Amino acid sequence: MFIITQKNIFFALTGALVFASIASVAFFGLSLGIDFTGGTLVEVSYDGTRPGAVPLSNTLTDAGFKDFSLRETGENGYIMRATTLTDEKRQMLPAVFSYQGGTAHVERLTEIGPTIGVELRNKAILAITLVLIAILLFIAFAFRKASEAVSSWAYGLIALITLLHDVIVPLGFFAFLGYLLGAQIDALFVTAILTVLGYSVHDTIVVFDRTRENLRINSERGRKEDFGSVAGRALSQTITRSINTSMTTLLALLALYILGPESTRIFSLTLLVGIIAGTYSSIFLATPLLVQVEKWRKNRKK
Amino acid sequence: MWQKRAIALVILIVGTGIGWYVYSSQHDGSRPFKLGLDLSGGTQLVYRANLDAIKGGDIADSMASLRDTIERRVNLFGVSEPIVQTEHAGTLAGTSEERLIVELPGVTDTQRAIELIGQTPVLEFRMLKEGGEATATASSTTNELFEPAAITGKNLKSAELQFQGGTGALTEPVVVLHFDAEGTKIFAELTKNNVGRAFGMFLDGVAISVPVIREAIPDGTAVISGGFTPEEAKELARNLNYGALPVPIELISTQTVSGTLGSEAIASGIFAGIWGLALVAFFMILWYRIPGLIAALALSVYVIAMLLLFLLIPVTLTAAGIAAFILSIGMAVDANVLIFERTREELAAGKSTREAINEGFSRAWLSIRDSNISSMITAIILFWLGTSLVKGFALVFGLGVLISMLSAIAVSRTFLLAVSSEERKGITRFLFGSGIRG
Repeated sequence: MFIITQKNIFFALTGALVFASIASVAFFGLSLGIDFTGGTLVEVSYDGTRPGAVPLSNTLTDAGFKDFSLRETGENGYIMRATTLTDEKRQMLPAVFSYQGGTAHVERLTEIGPTIGVELRNKAILAITLVLIAILLFIAFAFRKASEAVSSWAYGLIALITLLHDVIVPLGFFAFLGYLLGAQIDALFVTAILTVLGYSVHDTIVVFDRTRENLRINSERGRKEDFGSVAGRALSQTITRSINTSMTTLLALLALYILGPESTRIFSLTLLVGIIAGTYSSIFLATPLLVQVEKWRKNRKK
Repeated sequence: MWQKRAIALVILIVGTGIGWYVYSSQHDGSRPFKLGLDLSGGTQLVYRANLDAIKGGDIADSMASLRDTIERRVNLFGVSEPIVQTEHAGTLAGTSEERLIVELPGVTDTQRAIELIGQTPVLEFRMLKEGGEATATASSTTNELFEPAAITGKNLKSAELQFQGGTGALTEPVVVLHFDAEGTKIFAELTKNNVGRAFGMFLDGVAISVPVIREAIPDGTAVISGGFTPEEAKELARNLNYGALPVPIELISTQTVSGTLGSEAIASGIFAGIWGLALVAFFMILWYRIPGLIAALALSVYVIAMLLLFLLIPVTLTAAGIAAFILSIGMAVDANVLIFERTREELAAGKSTREAINEGFSRAWLSIRDSNISSMITAIILFWLGTSLVKGFALVFGLGVLISMLSAIAVSRTFLLAVSSEERKGITRFLFGSGIRG
């Protein structure tokens, strides 16, 4: 299996991908949405054409709005992000956005208090940590009788490393998206990441499972086979399934991204990227790492 | 063999029947899907309850009566199917918080909704101190003249405007207060001992009415009269009702989605769902032929089963929930793919299609189980920790993982065995093959 024999090439490729993602996060930065920071998000749509951003921005400033940002959305709308509104400001929203010849309708108004933001941030961090730990424990448990060659904890740890990859790549992509489209990290983004984690580990488990099965059959039949070729065989046995499963998931997500509601568009894009990253890592990273670990173990024994 | 075929037929008929039921129940609106506010349009308000003045044991009671009060107030304004619920939150940050969540479908004017709930929090009753000058009481600066009364705003059940026979032939507007059982007792005691004293009603520390107690009132129904215009009396009654909150509340988050945005989201969600299903089915048939067709059928059964569960549980659908459902359509065939790939290997080893299918199933089962458990873990943690938005996703996602696993091991297997044969070559083999080579 070329993925195993040429594993250093894929290690380098993965390294480059992870490096690029980290660089993207460092360079563009991640901007947290109001879900986490608290604040206000207003989406308005206009009956006619929307006014220019500069005059609208001036009107808003004159009306006493501070620290806000405007972004065009859809055909004829704007999204404003601002700090928490007073009753008076909330009341004047439709009027202040309307201009001569264009009545504004408030399509969406979300206000989040700072305490809820902090709470959600803590919850998100806790959720990601819990998912990672639970997956590590689960794999270590499921593979406890795996083989002599590699301990079940190694399976778990490798799965964890591939998961880190699957988190870092969408993060890097998202930082770039934030720079390009002003996308912000919200509760749905965290949900997407967690879903990708569950999905990707799913993929990794299937490959590991096959390695485990091949090892068992070998030992039942008393056949001696190099671990690298056992794992490589498992990989080529499962690669069609990995790709096909990702294909169907990507097709469904693509439909959701292109045709689905505006509110889940960035969410589905994050999922798309995450699932591609997850499929890549479960094929080109997980098993090569497993073979590498086995090699280290063997060298140490000698 | 024939048994399997009979079961497969039953599954198909039942599936079609349920599908028809789901479709017709939406068509005639007899059992519509429950939609979240982001799809139906409406406003959600989240309040923090300030329980500083409440002792530990009374918190649950206070929150319950707060909920009742707000619920009454919301119903008064004629919002259809409002939801008012309390939530215990924030255990992670160390300090816990009691919250009140109000959902108002169809209300898209946030400011109006906030006013409707009424921010004016605490109604207090105070007695004029001995020797105080009752005439100067209408001003809030004279608070020092009053001392707290034994009765509190919590004891006031409601206040209403009534017209009673006054001087002459004219009827006079009065405000009638109704106290609860506990309040009736306290009020009876209080009025008996304080005839002739001024009884002040303060909203937010501001005096709104300071009548003088004329006689003992034992039945918990007090009448305030005193030359009100109907307008004034109405305002006083409203203020008293607004103020009858057991605990002060503070608005901490609002969310409003217009009806148009919501119905757009539904329409595009359904559209995306149909296309997602079609694309996945098309891909499966193209690649896996007969088994692919079976996977597409099993997928349809899965979709119908999920829709039925949405109706029966019932699941409140949100945009995130619809996204989870569409995602799950893509993931649901995974178990099928695992089985088919395994079956193909067995076919390659020269087994008959039926043997290959049975073998494929039993070998794929471990992988299916282990990999679905990891998705379930994710779904459970998301549900456990999530906000309402994330919960909507997690519930549908978790349900999807579970049902898709069942549909793969029960439905796909039955269908596959129903069309399998003992043949070892020819057209059947081609049809059960996969990929480009056949």
